[in-house]
Amino acid sequence: MSGARARDPAQEAAWAFACQAAALIAIDPRLGGVALHAAAGPLRDAWMDLLRAFAPSQAPFRRVPLSIGDERLLGGLDLPATLRAGRPVAQTGLMAEADGGFLILAMAERLTTGTAARIASALDSGEAATEREGLSLRAPARFGVVALDEGQGDDERPPAALLDRLAFHVDLNDIAHDCARAQPFAPDDVAKARGRLASIPADDAAIEALTTVAARLGVDSLRALSLALRAACAACALRGAEALEEEDVMTAARFVLAPRATMFPTSEAPQEEDQPEPSESRPPEDQDPGPPPEAAPDSNEPQDSQSLPDLTDLVLAAALAAIPPGLLAQLQAGRAMRVKSERGGKSGAAAPAGKRGRPIGARQGQLRDGRLGLVDTLRAAAPWQRLRRQGLAEDAGRRVVVHAEDFRIKRFKQRRETSAIFVVDASGSSAMQRLAEVKGAIELLLVDCYARRDSVALVAFRGKTAEIVLPPTRSLARAKRVLAGLPGGGGTPIAAGIEAALGLADAVRRKGQTPLVVLMTDGRANVGRTGAPGRAQAFEDAMQAGRQIRAAGIATLAIDTAPALGPAGQAPTARLSEAMNARYVRLPYANAALVSQAVRAAAPIP
Amino acid sequence: MALPFPFSAIVGQDDMKLSFMIAAVDPSVGGVLVFGDRGTGKSTAVRALAALLPKISVASGCVYNCDPGKASGLCEACGAGKAKGPLKAQTVPVPVVDLPLGATEDRVVGALNLERALSMGEKAFEPGLLARANRGFLYIDEANLLEDHLVDLLLDVAASGENVIEREGLSVRHPARFVLIGSGNPEEGELRPQLLDRFGLAVDVKTPTDIPTRIEVVKRREAFERDPEAFTKKWSAEERKLQRKILAARAALGAIVTPDAALESAARLCLALGTDGLRGELTLIRAARALACLEGDARLGDQHLRRVAPFALSHRLRRNPLDDAGSSVRVERAVNELFAA
Repeated sequence: MSGARARDPAQEAAWAFACQAAALIAIDPRLGGVALHAAAGPLRDAWMDLLRAFAPSQAPFRRVPLSIGDERLLGGLDLPATLRAGRPVAQTGLMAEADGGFLILAMAERLTTGTAARIASALDSGEAATEREGLSLRAPARFGVVALDEGQGDDERPPAALLDRLAFHVDLNDIAHDCARAQPFAPDDVAKARGRLASIPADDAAIEALTTVAARLGVDSLRALSLALRAACAACALRGAEALEEEDVMTAARFVLAPRATMFPTSEAPQEEDQPEPSESRPPEDQDPGPPPEAAPDSNEPQDSQSLPDLTDLVLAAALAAIPPGLLAQLQAGRAMRVKSERGGKSGAAAPAGKRGRPIGARQGQLRDGRLGLVDTLRAAAPWQRLRRQGLAEDAGRRVVVHAEDFRIKRFKQRRETSAIFVVDASGSSAMQRLAEVKGAIELLLVDCYARRDSVALVAFRGKTAEIVLPPTRSLARAKRVLAGLPGGGGTPIAAGIEAALGLADAVRRKGQTPLVVLMTDGRANVGRTGAPGRAQAFEDAMQAGRQIRAAGIATLAIDTAPALGPAGQAPTARLSEAMNARYVRLPYANAALVSQAVRAAAPIP
Repeated sequence: MALPFPFSAIVGQDDMKLSFMIAAVDPSVGGVLVFGDRGTGKSTAVRALAALLPKISVASGCVYNCDPGKASGLCEACGAGKAKGPLKAQTVPVPVVDLPLGATEDRVVGALNLERALSMGEKAFEPGLLARANRGFLYIDEANLLEDHLVDLLLDVAASGENVIEREGLSVRHPARFVLIGSGNPEEGELRPQLLDRFGLAVDVKTPTDIPTRIEVVKRREAFERDPEAFTKKWSAEERKLQRKILAARAALGAIVTPDAALESAARLCLALGTDGLRGELTLIRAARALACLEGDARLGDQHLRRVAPFALSHRLRRNPLDDAGSSVRVERAVNELFAA
């Protein structure tokens, strides 16, 4: 235990928290599990080993690869066995196999909404249900989830539907490896705690304290509350106690509520006008660093601040102490951090084209090419049965003889999804009008694009930097909320805007969608990449960023909003457009309808 | 089977509960779409409602839950049996069929029975989920994640009450009358408008935000999970009361008086909101009649129309991207204007 370096107490505390989370989910599987934000490495392995030690000895651990298909996740037809046996043979899905143990999700930050919804549904019901390929299967599947999140940055996080159901969100990234030597809990204690759990009642004081604290931190999900309560009971069991104490409730608040906080509790009463979804519910004007969100008037204030029991204060203090400093600062600035992390409106991305969508018949092919069209395959095999039985000896006893050439692969028609990324100049005096028209255009596009599964994103640049204001979404409701309070004014860092769009376009491509960048500006860059003012350098930087877009081969539309002056080719936006290999449209009086028309015309696939 | 959470013990969510009860009184309102936040007890409420309803009598051994007391609308086998004499009956709980994500079309509508096709070379029909849901509820969680062609198919069958299968050389039709209940989260993506319109009622659910309500929700949930039997027993009187209310409403549905004035109000409301087609108007009137029956009124009145108008109409409005007000606000506005005059 004599590390060469001095240990950082904060890191040790973080590791102790991670260990406790492992112990608690091993005690009560109904806690859902852990979202483990950590790079692959020895520390993560150490944590997984710990969880294995804490879990019951027979508990299965099943790893779910990112690209898992339904027949493997939910269960379905076991094709080789079916063909061998001549009758349908079911295979158990991974979720059912994980019953009583843990489901490990690799690269959970890239999990599709669809897969997450299937896992979430099993978490809720405790069983894996499937109705596929002539089979109707239902198997118990009570498991805990470990979502291995290797995401970097806010926009790469596991799907919200999954995060909502996992009690603990643990981050190992800032912990030094040598901390992992400390093991605060013994597997035996965990096993004993598991036995004790059922006899620990949740008392009303704990429920009231947790509910109040959740409201003050802006944690709106009721599920988070139930999870916090369970965490308190499990913590109590782990302590070896019989009844809930203050410290258990504080532990629960620290572990379950603090990471979900979306606002800083003001000295005034909680903001109950806030709508339901965490973070999303923040009024968008809070995007802008501004005064803390005490603005909303609150009718409950008097009764609340008077009747707050001591426990609530203690629990609130515990939760606040556990909010990571970065998040705390953002909350204090009245800024909802997780706006960007929520994934919205892109159901079913990432699926390889040609394996889903509308079925359009089947064709001959190899099994690795897609899904087997069983009936078509049988139909193909049927005429040859008599002949084949008379042929090879090994075929003789079989009822149905299917050969490789009979395989028919289902074909699907699928349009690739387009994601329009608006990069909008939110600087200068004309910003407000331009933004208003962009908002209108985005809404118009969304109104008719949900039928086509397209999405829209918005990057705004102003001052010194660019910001992804709206991550790719199909949700009109969400877009409206975010767009309503978009601020304008300040310098014009075009280069930063283009670079942000490039990053986003890259992410969109990796999801299997086609990006279309729509740059809207008057081209008068005056803030360079470094954030320094100066027109010449700023424009040069913008040109360079534009050339990167060309190099990446991303379809781009440049909308010039500058008033027409001089020959068209000389306008800065036109030159930029050329650097980007973009389609150039001049719309000095851009209005919402014109912009949405132009975008529709430029979309790679109409 | 695990005990369902009692329907009457669900805290708040009055709109959702009411719309479910309306659908239970008059299934012809055509399905309910529940759109809203995670963890608001949407699926709990569906299961709770089905458990609340009295058991139904079905023909023994019939996979389609045919009603032995009826002369028409039976499946082929029951129809043939009925011709020979009365059918044997048994009582079963009202079916609630979940449509799991990842379900394939063959399991939803029914398809060739593979087992028999493979092992005996027979062409036999294997009924799907739609058959099981006949006379009950079909629940789709995350309707917006379901593949479009499946949703189309479900809505089509729900509207016609009959499932027609023409595939793999099979030609089968069987009764499939069920209340379609869809749920979803708008943050995961919107539903297509033509799909929205096919649901009879639509309600928005929101997580309750006042602390006392939230405390009550968590307390009841906790009490139920600790001891489901005791909790269910505690609420059984309430449940019976609610059951009587629904049954009385069903009985009264045929006799309710629908004055012309109410029909005119409904028509004017739909006109004022510019809803497309007659479906909205029809649903509005049916839902209002069911509500009147639930409330024990003998006549359909404006107050009933007012109450159900947001459920029946808000999802049928044309989207207006320049009007920021939510569609239910627009309905309310129109209702207030109309009935104030």
